[in-house]
Amino acid sequence: MHRIGVFVCHCGTNIAGTVDVKAVAEALGKEPGVVSSVEYQYMCSEAGQTLIKDAIKNLKLTGVVICSCSPRMHETTFRRTAAAAGINPYMVEIANIREQCSWIHKDKATATEKAIILGRTAIAKVTLNTPLTSMESPVTKRALVIGGGIAGIQTALDIAEAGFEVDIVEKNSTIGGKMTQIDKTFPTLDCAACILTPKMVDCAQNEKINIYSYSEVESVSGFVGNFTAKIKKKARYVDAAKCTGCGVCTEKCPMKNVPNEFNLGMNNRRAIYIPFAQAVPKVATIDADYCNMLKKGKCGVCAKVCTAGAIDYKQQDEYVEREYGAIVAATGYNPISLENYDEFAYSQSKDVITSLEFERLTNAAGPTSGQLLRPSDGQHPHTIVFVQCVGSRDTSGCGKPYCSKICCMYTAKHAMLTRDKYPDTDVYVFYIDVRTPGKNFDEFYRRAVEEYGVHYIKGMVGKVSPRADGKLMVQASDLIANEQLHIEADLVVLAAAIEPDKSARSVATMLTASMDTNDFFTEAHPKLRPVESPTAGVFLSGVCQGPKDIPETVAQASACAAKVIGLLAKDKLTCNPCVAHSNENLCNGCSACEKVCPYGAITYSDKEFRMPDRTVAIRRVALVNPAVCQGCGACTVACPSGAMDLFGFSNKQIMAEVDAICK
Amino acid sequence: MVYSYFPGCTLKNKAKDLDTYARKSAEALGFTLEELENWQCCGGVYPMAKDEIATKLSSVRALADAKAQGRDLVTLCSACHNVIKQVNNDMATDEDIALRANNYLKLDEEYRGETKVLHYLEVLRDVVGFDTIKEKVVNPLTGKKIAPYYGCLLLRPKKVMQMDNPENPKIMEDFIRAIGAEPVIYPLRNECCGGYVRIEDKDTASKRSAAVVGSAADFGAELMVTACPLCMYNLKNETVPVKYFTELLAEALGVKE
Repeated sequence: MHRIGVFVCHCGTNIAGTVDVKAVAEALGKEPGVVSSVEYQYMCSEAGQTLIKDAIKNLKLTGVVICSCSPRMHETTFRRTAAAAGINPYMVEIANIREQCSWIHKDKATATEKAIILGRTAIAKVTLNTPLTSMESPVTKRALVIGGGIAGIQTALDIAEAGFEVDIVEKNSTIGGKMTQIDKTFPTLDCAACILTPKMVDCAQNEKINIYSYSEVESVSGFVGNFTAKIKKKARYVDAAKCTGCGVCTEKCPMKNVPNEFNLGMNNRRAIYIPFAQAVPKVATIDADYCNMLKKGKCGVCAKVCTAGAIDYKQQDEYVEREYGAIVAATGYNPISLENYDEFAYSQSKDVITSLEFERLTNAAGPTSGQLLRPSDGQHPHTIVFVQCVGSRDTSGCGKPYCSKICCMYTAKHAMLTRDKYPDTDVYVFYIDVRTPGKNFDEFYRRAVEEYGVHYIKGMVGKVSPRADGKLMVQASDLIANEQLHIEADLVVLAAAIEPDKSARSVATMLTASMDTNDFFTEAHPKLRPVESPTAGVFLSGVCQGPKDIPETVAQASACAAKVIGLLAKDKLTCNPCVAHSNENLCNGCSACEKVCPYGAITYSDKEFRMPDRTVAIRRVALVNPAVCQGCGACTVACPSGAMDLFGFSNKQIMAEVDAICK
Repeated sequence: MVYSYFPGCTLKNKAKDLDTYARKSAEALGFTLEELENWQCCGGVYPMAKDEIATKLSSVRALADAKAQGRDLVTLCSACHNVIKQVNNDMATDEDIALRANNYLKLDEEYRGETKVLHYLEVLRDVVGFDTIKEKVVNPLTGKKIAPYYGCLLLRPKKVMQMDNPENPKIMEDFIRAIGAEPVIYPLRNECCGGYVRIEDKDTASKRSAAVVGSAADFGAELMVTACPLCMYNLKNETVPVKYFTELLAEALGVKE
């Protein structure tokens, strides 16, 4: 005989404001099997939980129904409460009368009626609940970090510091990411390379860290604590173990006209290259798209000059399979392509550049050795116009609806540094808003305006017209003076919006991690779990989760590492017992379930069955690996014979719920 | 191939060249422009008012007539093209406008934006093909530096016109290459010529057209081409000669007189 207790929560006025909670408790008290039905202001509070515990003990309840908020919010809380009172935690059901009822209805009568129906549904289900016991799975004590920029580096260093092994997989030939291309960092103006390269070296030297550079993650299987990743080490045609990074090959290679991506194509490199002097690992890589030896079988200069004998034109892609307990996505960002912003003439004039290109023009290791010179004629520009929000906060569909967050600060930095080094230069910055929240950020921006005399103009640039004499005519509006401006500029710098790296989407698919409409990874909770993905065991570090500057990225990377360490420190993980199981008497081995299983949890085996006529038949039947199954239920729907069922969400229970709703 | 053709008022008087040479060239290139019977003025400017349909009805009639003939509708004048294509888009996407226009017109068959509206340049690019034109050219305008002038209406709004990138277009440049000449790419080729402002404020309009022509001249233009009678009117008194693109096409194809 069932003895069910119903507990209706007011959630302050969140529920009670739209739902007549007394009427709900009263109505549900009359349902068959219910021995007690009460309401209380805050069920999740200490007092509320005590109320539940006392009822379980005193009334010898066998099942509990809580009418409250979403189970995502407090299901775990109430399961613990039930367990503390001595009943199986899986004998608790939640009826969501907040998110799915009170918050979305205005009419009290309708909301109350719906709350009663939802409560009745949960009662129908709980009468069919069975006690479930969680199993345990082991944890592989190694982490995988996908992406070797500052985010990935910081996360890896912190995890290694705690004593766990970490592998960094970086698709480029060196780690370091975007920060290697940046000249100075706001708001302190310390050189980016000076603070980044020691960390890169630390990664290379740390015994616990293993760097897979020029590599990509091909596939990931498994689940939290037990992932297996297949890593593709792309052929770089250089034996990394032999190469000393002397760089002779990169000077002798006859293919001189390969656009240098490190300097954003503003100068050239050779077909064999080391991206920059402080690269980690400092190993040469042959660009197969340009190498004559690889394309035509003629040349071989690099092999001749290499004293270490490291060149290997026959090198093939190599695959490694490794096991991991946790995976960190740190896939980073890129500036958007400016093809939708032709009014700024980026594709029409060499002297219209992006902010990242400006970084390279001011960097000592850049194409102009740090001299700020116009790309078109190598002359010093005397009037520079910076345009902010190019593609950011754009709801027209051409760009991104969000604020890229870093542009206001780096533009202030660019403007300030230009005025500092070249006081004869006029600098204009066009902005929609100047957004500088952050420690010492607004002070920094004000210095640019007040001490360095940068002309900040509220308004947007409408058009940049390259004139025949090489000048750029900038047409803009000054919204405060309410006038049109026409500025003759020598250089125009566009603060292009940033977007997640293109590889993020395929990484998300591999990890079954969710993304938002802008392809940023979604966090498990926007406020309270910002560095975890909703997929267990997958963590987020850096801009792949949302636009961030360097200090924020590093803070998040360390927070991410803390979460990874917390997971890897455990020896065992408790599994969700709500997993699928197959009734082998009904299963006909059709493979429908295996095809829909996103986790690879289903296998088949041949089993002997005694038939009615006392003969023995061998039949192929499905088997679920409960450690791998995540309880999504796809197989139970796909199974044509009804053999697949889910613990905690059985077909019978679901049907009982539907019946209760339709009553 | 036969197209329904909407010439527009100006092409019947001031801009006869735009029309005549277009028809001649079409025949030389193997397609025919068949003028709609009883067409009326497109209205001249696309009416932005959402609560008013009277000014859109003449366009709807032309569109519905083309639909009845089962043909795509070709236009030439930038302004007519802009008005007709935008009204067509309204008929296909704006339920309120479509309903009221249909209720008013009481056509035999309801019109819901089914007709495909093509600018003559689009026919050249997408149906005939610039490569074919290149083959059929008998008098190539070799060495001639020609500045294409788009003005503001031909390509905008981008989402509705769907013809080319309004901020950095290339359809006319490719056309100029096809007839053997050299396109002059200058930044103000998609800027306003002064438009109807000329009627009320001559100086402002002149400043605009002088800026456009000046920019083309700076980049070495010997000649400018346009598809718009109003642009022609505004630009024709400046320092660089202006012609309709159809005239140059006829010349290159050897069918000009």
